[in-house]
Amino acid sequence: MNLTRRDIIKTSVAASVATSMGIAVAGEARAESAAADLGIAWDKSACRFCGVGCGIMVGTKDGKVVAMKGDPESPVNRGLNCIKGYFNAKIMYGPDRLTQPLLRKKDGKFAKDGAFTPVSWDEAFDVMAAKMKEYYAAKGPSSLALFGSGQYTIDEGYAAAKLWKAGLRSNNVDPNARHCMASAVAAFMQVFGIDEPSGCYDDIEHTDTVVLWGANMAECHPMLWSRVTDRKLNSPTMKIVNLSTYGNRSTDIADTELIFKPQTDLAIMNYIAKYIVDNNAANWDFVNKHCVFTAGPTDIGYGLPDAHPKEQNQAGRAKPDAHWQITLDEYKKELEPYTAKYVSELSGVPEAKLTELAQLYADPKRKVMSFWTMGFNQHTRGTWANTQIYAIHLLLGKQGTPGNSAFSLTGQPSACGTAREVGVFAHRLPADMVVNNKAHREKTEKLWKLPGKTLNPKIGTHAVAMVRGLKNGNVKFFWSQVTNPFQDFANLNDWIKAAREGDNFIVVSDCYPTVSAKVADLVLPSAMIFEKWGAYGNAERRTQHWRQQVLPPGQAKGDLWQLMEISKRFTLAEVWKEHALPGLDDPDFPKDQLPSVLEDAKAMGYKPEQTLYDVIFATAANKQVAWPDPIAGGHPNDIADDAGFFVQKALWNEYLPFGQGNGHDLTDFDTYHKLRGLRWPVVKGRETQWRFVEGKDPYVKAGEGFNFYGKAMKSIPKAKGSTEMADVSGKAKIFFRPYQPAAEEPDKDYPLWLCTGRVLEHWHSGSMTKRVPELDRAVPYAVCYMHPADAAALGLKRTEEITLESRRGKVKIRLETQGRNRVPRGLVFVPWFDENCLINKLTLDATCPISKETDYKKCAVKVSKA
Amino acid sequence: MAPGGRPSLSRRGFLTGFPARNAALAATGGLLAAHVARPEARAAGTLRPPGAQPEGDFLATCLKCGQCVSACPFYALRLARPGAAHAIGTPYFEPREIACQMCEGVPCARACPSGALDAAVAIKDARMGIAVLVDQENCLAYLGLRCEACYRACPMSGEAIQLEFSSQARTGKHAFFLPKVRGDTCTGCGRCENACVMDSPAIRVLPREIAVAQGAESYRIGWREDAVITGDFPAAEQAPAVDNLDAVLQSMGDTRALEDSP
Repeated sequence: MNLTRRDIIKTSVAASVATSMGIAVAGEARAESAAADLGIAWDKSACRFCGVGCGIMVGTKDGKVVAMKGDPESPVNRGLNCIKGYFNAKIMYGPDRLTQPLLRKKDGKFAKDGAFTPVSWDEAFDVMAAKMKEYYAAKGPSSLALFGSGQYTIDEGYAAAKLWKAGLRSNNVDPNARHCMASAVAAFMQVFGIDEPSGCYDDIEHTDTVVLWGANMAECHPMLWSRVTDRKLNSPTMKIVNLSTYGNRSTDIADTELIFKPQTDLAIMNYIAKYIVDNNAANWDFVNKHCVFTAGPTDIGYGLPDAHPKEQNQAGRAKPDAHWQITLDEYKKELEPYTAKYVSELSGVPEAKLTELAQLYADPKRKVMSFWTMGFNQHTRGTWANTQIYAIHLLLGKQGTPGNSAFSLTGQPSACGTAREVGVFAHRLPADMVVNNKAHREKTEKLWKLPGKTLNPKIGTHAVAMVRGLKNGNVKFFWSQVTNPFQDFANLNDWIKAAREGDNFIVVSDCYPTVSAKVADLVLPSAMIFEKWGAYGNAERRTQHWRQQVLPPGQAKGDLWQLMEISKRFTLAEVWKEHALPGLDDPDFPKDQLPSVLEDAKAMGYKPEQTLYDVIFATAANKQVAWPDPIAGGHPNDIADDAGFFVQKALWNEYLPFGQGNGHDLTDFDTYHKLRGLRWPVVKGRETQWRFVEGKDPYVKAGEGFNFYGKAMKSIPKAKGSTEMADVSGKAKIFFRPYQPAAEEPDKDYPLWLCTGRVLEHWHSGSMTKRVPELDRAVPYAVCYMHPADAAALGLKRTEEITLESRRGKVKIRLETQGRNRVPRGLVFVPWFDENCLINKLTLDATCPISKETDYKKCAVKVSKA
Repeated sequence: MAPGGRPSLSRRGFLTGFPARNAALAATGGLLAAHVARPEARAAGTLRPPGAQPEGDFLATCLKCGQCVSACPFYALRLARPGAAHAIGTPYFEPREIACQMCEGVPCARACPSGALDAAVAIKDARMGIAVLVDQENCLAYLGLRCEACYRACPMSGEAIQLEFSSQARTGKHAFFLPKVRGDTCTGCGRCENACVMDSPAIRVLPREIAVAQGAESYRIGWREDAVITGDFPAAEQAPAVDNLDAVLQSMGDTRALEDSP
């Protein structure tokens, strides 16, 4: 029978109504429902949401995504989803999808205080390009900023990084992953010399012990937690420990919950290291063969603005990421103060629990996994915390073999695959290369067919520096894609004010009218996940590709297309000429200046009137990658239609060589479309589950046992202040890091800690999940979790509206003293998904000085009746 | 009936003239019939505000003044309209639309002038109904997905709804996270039903009269700690050994030998 969509809806409504009345659905109605499914075309994809990267199948009919299912063959989730993933088919169809570019106008012209007016793409790009060129000409590449995302597809991130760095010669491209994984990355580079976890999710099915460090895995990595829980059910010796600054649902299946005072995770880890050393529990064979002991400077500040009292003696400071080798004796000596008594007093965790935890780690019969996410990363000593957990695992030799793994959990679906692996950061290039390394720039210039010295060697503005730049006038043009900066940055009031009132131009590419869109001068309607070809790389290095399922609505277009279009408006003559670059101090470059590369470009065959589109995207090689392509199987690709070649595949082909042969190997585009993802390095078509260990990692030779072959920072001073360098190639570093207090602690005026985080039902700023009515109803607004005794002492009652205030801002919010989280006295917790309760007005823009990642977990607040 | 006036005595008698328990049964039975005719209504039962008297007494006492409705900061309560399945003018709530938010101060009950709602009730002692996981086949958690929105929405913090964990044989590496209701703690606020993300909820608040089974008055559950065990009887292994049964019988005054049986 021919079923219309109406029929499908009618039968499903009839079914649900009948069910609610307890009446069996007529056989015919059920058969009709089932038949309706026959018209649906299914195709594989990855879930839009968290870093777990569940495999899904998307169902399309008549140009719309109508259904989805978990992919029962996916090794990650085997057909299961959490309730965010459950609604993948609905997220694109909220009623207020952006479908036209919107420009603030007054009297027919752009005006910052004008009303949003629909404009054509042409007009949007004309105004945008004019503004970019105005600032570019006046203040050079350092005045333009692109805030990208760990939710960009891999090709989008690649395009963004290439356009900004190779085209505009600006390193001011940084992702929202700066707020999420930067500390993890910095520590990977410091400890291993190469990014991303050595293990994989399969460690869960091998381990005996799971320790959570400030990671509410039950709510934030739901399907992985399901695997941890199942392991617990089936392994009689399995132990789970939940270390957190507040009680949460991860405790449900835990054997022990350790609630610690914020920031004291640093001290607890030192206690464990001391315990290992004092009790001779270290695996000295492993340590002597494969590790060195290191330490770094301790006076590193808090990443606050220069004028802040805590940043006053910067001149005397060493570079925060510097480090040197120390002896085992020095290491032991540094650990001495971290006795059970001292750490217990500092952290509030009873001594017996600390010892029990240390014993779990040290037990030679136990395999141990440590998991962490934002508790460690969003931390003013986040890089340190990451290095400390590796130190524990390395001391024990419990790293890199099945079940033994310090596993850095990634929050976003492609912070790994896009932001990190492609290098969409102010300091990075693809495959772990960096802008301030001559050899790395030269390799990149070669692969991108750029004249020498095109690439800017000066590290650009990281995320927080971008918004500070808006405030101090150094950043004039700010464009965000696939993220919600004016909800997600700490200390929001400053940045919203700067964006709205400064002499600048703010462009926001998004799919829904978020807070950021409302702050913008120009809003660009963007395609969502299944409205474009794409790829994500999840937390276990699994790269998953998908095909476009449907066209974007109205005039919405993919972020890749937007980058390509804006590139058409710049010529080489405008970008590859010389530019002022204040602060540039590199031996190969003139001071404060990027030299012109136009002459070298001409010698290479470029013409100054060529556009960046020709040079960055529509290169001769890329145009050869034909569209249509059999791999598409009839699936649409409006971007390739417009371009006349298979852009996404061409960029993938161009990206591939970066990772070949240096441990970052990916494989060809078509293969990813035929498989359910592969974990890199993919060597000879085979994925790698465990890195750095013989027999599992093809880069490790027989007889080596382990080889930590990451190349970065493997030449370090032999001692503090020494000019003699030690070559520690092949080794991993065991860092000593001291405990230091947080940037802002409670005091008599602001007596409570504020911690922020997430809930299972909502993703990030809620732009998608709050538009799924079911998820919005399940958790309709943010609440302030407070201990009942603290509430009683303040004369407050549960569900009452209160004012929560810090030195930087305030919000009205309802009080909750029960429910899913049990906070200790002296701390409140607020999730940040709610655009009607912008908790980041209160948070402090203090960062880890090494990673530049904001600490969203610690600042001081006070409470009063609303 | 005059607009806004009280219903006639006979009609009121019909509504309120039953003993409490029968009223509950009659109310639900009658209401069920009414509900079948209204597809958008609840499957069964009326949920009263916290601290409500048993239904018969409630109906006899409620003035239908609406003070509780005004007092609710969340607009959860409403007064039943003519033609509704609930007694006209009385306050009720539909958790699927707005659940009771369990205000600590119970402003609704405090506002009641007639005692139909116990003004002194502590919210955690309210028994507005009981949550029941009505569909264990289709509930997403029972299918193996990570839902438990009801569990996390429950204000009773893991005491009224708890999770039971078990292995999923189908995948071989994931667990079931199964919400289970603890009736002795559940207040019937309906936050769970409200939070359920399915089109038609898998967990619903039902009146306790329907959803709570009642065992025989005469039976006590022996293994529960509150059951009194009278007498302390040793285990069989601890019984004294008997070498000579005759001697035992004789010591009890029975002089017949076992051999002497007729």
